[in-house]
Amino acid sequence: MFSQKTTSPVEEGKPEVDENQPLLQVRDLSVVFRTREGSAQAVNKVDLDLARGQTLAILGESGSGKSVTAQAIMGILDMPPAEITSGTIKFRGKDLLTMPEKERRLYRGQRISMVFQDALSALNPVYTVGEQIGELFTVHRGMSRKDAKKKSIELMDKVRIPGAAARVTDYPHQFSGGMRQRIMIAMAIALDPDIIIADEPTTALDVTVQAQVMELLAEMRRETGSGLILITHDLGVVAETADMISVMYAGRTVEHGPATKVFANPAHPYTLGLLESMPRLTGAGDRLYAIPGLPPSLLNLPSGCPFAARCPRAEDICRQDPPPPAVEIDGTRFSACHFAEEVVAHGVR
Amino acid sequence: MGRYVVRRLLLMIPVLIGTTFLIYSMAWALPGDPFASRCGQRPCPESFVQAETERLHLDDPLPIQYGYFMLNMAQGDFGQTSNGESVLEAASRAFPVTVKLTVVAIAFEIVLGIGVGIAAALRRGGYLDGFFLFVSLVAISFPAFVIGYVLQYFLGVKLGLFSVTVGRGAPWEDLILPGFVLASLSLAYVLRLTRATLLETLKADHVRTAIAKGLPRGMVLRKHVVRNSLIPVITYIGADVGILLGGAIVTEGVFNIQGIGGMLFHALSIRENATVVSVTTLVVLVILLVNLLVDLLYARLDPRIRYE
Ligand SMILES: Nc1ncnc2c1ncn2[C@@H]1O[C@H](COP(=O)(O)OP(=O)(O)OP(=O)(O)O)[C@@H](O)[C@H]1O
Ligand code: SF4
Ligand SMILES: [Mg+2]
Repeated sequence: MFSQKTTSPVEEGKPEVDENQPLLQVRDLSVVFRTREGSAQAVNKVDLDLARGQTLAILGESGSGKSVTAQAIMGILDMPPAEITSGTIKFRGKDLLTMPEKERRLYRGQRISMVFQDALSALNPVYTVGEQIGELFTVHRGMSRKDAKKKSIELMDKVRIPGAAARVTDYPHQFSGGMRQRIMIAMAIALDPDIIIADEPTTALDVTVQAQVMELLAEMRRETGSGLILITHDLGVVAETADMISVMYAGRTVEHGPATKVFANPAHPYTLGLLESMPRLTGAGDRLYAIPGLPPSLLNLPSGCPFAARCPRAEDICRQDPPPPAVEIDGTRFSACHFAEEVVAHGVR
Repeated sequence: MGRYVVRRLLLMIPVLIGTTFLIYSMAWALPGDPFASRCGQRPCPESFVQAETERLHLDDPLPIQYGYFMLNMAQGDFGQTSNGESVLEAASRAFPVTVKLTVVAIAFEIVLGIGVGIAAALRRGGYLDGFFLFVSLVAISFPAFVIGYVLQYFLGVKLGLFSVTVGRGAPWEDLILPGFVLASLSLAYVLRLTRATLLETLKADHVRTAIAKGLPRGMVLRKHVVRNSLIPVITYIGADVGILLGGAIVTEGVFNIQGIGGMLFHALSIRENATVVSVTTLVVLVILLVNLLVDLLYARLDPRIRYE
């Protein structure tokens, strides 16, 4: 009763931010899954930076913690079983992790939005696509349903869905996979967010439409000037679109740097292996290289370097001592390897 | 859609014929003299037996008898009860009572079953969840009439909260306790089904999307969790109408309700076959129609389903 004035209610609408602060700064982020088998260290002291207009690609094998990192930034982790055990996620200087949920919610969709892998399951089957896009405007902008529908049609036009005005009342299952992913992209850009996170946005699609959807996503990013975090296994796409690359292995960032440099000259043996497993357009007859072995169990990580068991460059020290988390190379990038300098200079041989 | 409905309606004809024939043959196959209690304590006079035998074509083979019976029924003649009243008239007096009882039962299923199911799912593992899972297990394990007698005794006789029997015309307030007893088994299933589907839907990808869109929690639950979870639950409740009508026979017996169940029960006990068959046919017809309605409702609830 008395505190009505002091506890200002959280208002709908886009949360105010300080544009002078860095767009996204993740520091020391750790996520643990408490399961019956034990605690799985899914994300382990991860740092990550994203600037306005930048595309950051996160690479890494299945299970390396890419999606969990994205979900932590988005604030959609299932807690429990997940638990964030350390770190900060600063958006324009504000830590999203210490923010009350009421306030945090306003960042989702408006400041940070997400494109999921499988649009068919990511869309609700019982509502029309128009209702699902329009919902963003009725909730966050207080629009009437009629105006929201107009907005939906505009957005569907923008992501080049043919006959948008007629299709706005269709249900997700009535669209092709590519069109559905366009609808996901329309929802992601609807409120003009500062960051778009795309978690394997083309993996579930036909090869024939993958390129188109990826192109659309890149175009929308350019148009909105937002930052893009792109999680993908497609190194071709990374080479084309990414400004920065983070390579994850067993929940850790093992290499981080500008895309061109990482591609040209990896500073971590795991990145090297990953690039070698990339199918090349030239030499179609080449046998695809795959890194031998499996990543360690997240329930029981080795005390030394997590990559040691599979690393062609590994020495005794690798099995005993964890590598320094970020060896700085030529002032622009980082590698978590005892022999980072040597790897840059001579590869793993 | 229209063609689908017509097709379903046409399909009802063979189903109705099949079920009535089965019921008809079973009714006449029951051991005992069909005229045993028709003339009070005395055996029926020969002339009466002869007349009845002729009227019902009892000397003809069963399919022929049945043919005559159906022919009469198609002309709106459903036969007569032992006290000379037309079966149709007696049924139209009893049917609304049973419908009311079923409505009360379904209301319980919807309000309590779905409501508590949702609450239990949202507090999964809590005291409330455990308590209702236990109660629903009890409801599933005990026959309805046991629950009926127990509640009748404690809530009706001991505490006087509810009336023990149902008065003439079956006023709604008298039907609360019988309706709850009738619903008890299904109520338990609805609760469990709601809880299970809700927990499943909570994990669905589209719910994660809804959260990622920054929707308020209440809206995520209402629009994207509960709405989706209700599809199988409502389908179940619809299909349950038939089971409830069947269960009404027992419940109406326990609470002495003059509904269709009571009528059927009485007719069976005095071997009044015409009534048994007519009333059952009526019940089967209602079940078939309700099932059609449920299927149409299902398509309304889930746009992925289209009938052609
Ligand atoms: N709901 C969960 N319960 C328990 N453990 C989980 C859960 N979700 C993720 N994990 C753990 O977190 C680890 C990282 O998962 P994540 O989904 O981030 O991998 P990823 O890098 O996105 O892989 P992919 O390329 O297959 O998508 C997994 O190995 C798994 O052990
Ligand atoms: S620290 Fe050793 S084992 Fe680990 S990546 Fe570097 S060389 Fe390989
Ligand atoms: Mg993933």
